[in-house]
Amino acid sequence: MNEFVERQMKLTWRPPKKSYDVVIVGAGGHGLATAYYLATRHGITNVAVFERGYIGGGNSGRNTTIIRANYGIPAAVRFYQRSVDLYRGLEEETDRWLMHQQKGILWMAHSEGAVRAERMRAKLNTEFGAQTEFVGPQQVKELCPQLDMSGGGRWPVLGASYHPQGATARHDRVVWALAEGAMERGAHVHQNTPVDGLILDGERVAGVRTAAGDVAAGAVVSAVGGHVSRIAAMAGLRLPIRTHRLQAFVTNHYRQQFGPIVASSELFFYASQTARGEMLLGAEIDPQPSFSYRSSHDFVQDVCRRALCLLPFMSNLRVLRQWTGVCDMSPDYSPIMGQTGVEGFYLTTGWGTWGFKAIPAGGEQMAALIATGEVPELIAPFGLDRFARDRTMADRGSAGTH
Amino acid sequence: MSLRIPCPTCGDRSVHEFVHGEIRCVPDHLTDPDERDLDFAFHHDNEEGVVTERWFHAQGCRRWLEILRDTTTDRILEAEES
Repeated sequence: MNEFVERQMKLTWRPPKKSYDVVIVGAGGHGLATAYYLATRHGITNVAVFERGYIGGGNSGRNTTIIRANYGIPAAVRFYQRSVDLYRGLEEETDRWLMHQQKGILWMAHSEGAVRAERMRAKLNTEFGAQTEFVGPQQVKELCPQLDMSGGGRWPVLGASYHPQGATARHDRVVWALAEGAMERGAHVHQNTPVDGLILDGERVAGVRTAAGDVAAGAVVSAVGGHVSRIAAMAGLRLPIRTHRLQAFVTNHYRQQFGPIVASSELFFYASQTARGEMLLGAEIDPQPSFSYRSSHDFVQDVCRRALCLLPFMSNLRVLRQWTGVCDMSPDYSPIMGQTGVEGFYLTTGWGTWGFKAIPAGGEQMAALIATGEVPELIAPFGLDRFARDRTMADRGSAGTH
Repeated sequence: MSLRIPCPTCGDRSVHEFVHGEIRCVPDHLTDPDERDLDFAFHHDNEEGVVTERWFHAQGCRRWLEILRDTTTDRILEAEES
């Protein structure tokens, strides 16, 4: 966090104690949201969040800030709709401007099959609480005049599912607001303090070994992104997770207003305009598992080629900045939240390419689970045990890119 | 820089010509058959460091390669035909 921000915020850094009720590993969006909701909803403030770098410095600072709920399976639609609702109230609740902006998201279809899929998505979303409708080419053009409706001749826009509640927010403001909210109420956040091990007491987790010494804990929550397999191994767990790179880039300033978020599951890219006016583009993960933060030129090349089919005006723009995050991918493209079978050890992981939009709901539900000991209905389908029970939550179609 | 793989047959090629193949290893300490099946189907080592993996040169010589790759830097240390 830079000095300028820190001066404006009410962040109180305290030295680590010897023991906490709850220790959260990872001060990204999910870790801090868990601390925030533990404090605000359940009055549990004897909480510490340990972070090896600085708050929001991992994937919380590397995402493309999209908030939406138009997922492909009922449980996911309900869960992400909860998040969309919480995001809308978060500015008022935290009394911080999070630059939350409702833009609507258009999910383009270029073939008969995709039209069917988008129609189905619209029906399913609406049924389970996330307002979505299928719109024809005329309306698509009205919502986003910059689109080449012929798709460069190869990818004609035959229609789209339109999810008006699709939004964006400023990623670091979200993380800072949650950190401030949690710290104001007494939670501790310790930056530059990596967790090197878990303290096991028989079958249960009793604390963490950190760079600042051993800390006892009633519950330990792993909210790390990118290195969750390492944390889980400390508790003797093997996870259904592989870590992949995900890249994104922004162009220089585009003068005109580009209204909605535009996505295409056939061309595999999505685009939106940032508050600074840059065009922000993202696509799918890199194919090989990797923990490297290196970006690659072929990614930009490939995504530009695809994006220009629909948004030819971008050929006048230049790529300004490119970056990479590392995503924990679950085999069914759904998150993993809840208990782990090791007493006192909780996981919130598998946030792949859909972590930012889930921050408030993920934090709220994890906090409820830790505070009450009962798995909330909303996240019950997303437990780690679903793989052993043969109840995977396959949703690749709507989670694959962003 | 893009990831490039030095194929012993075809020479230095882009990663996009290859299909990634993991070598699945179920740890020996798992003895229960159900647990072994679950592990084989879903779990991964997800190792940070040098891993041995198989890559198929789908758009080249169509041979399987055995590759040593450092997952923290994404550098290929060794590539040979398997």
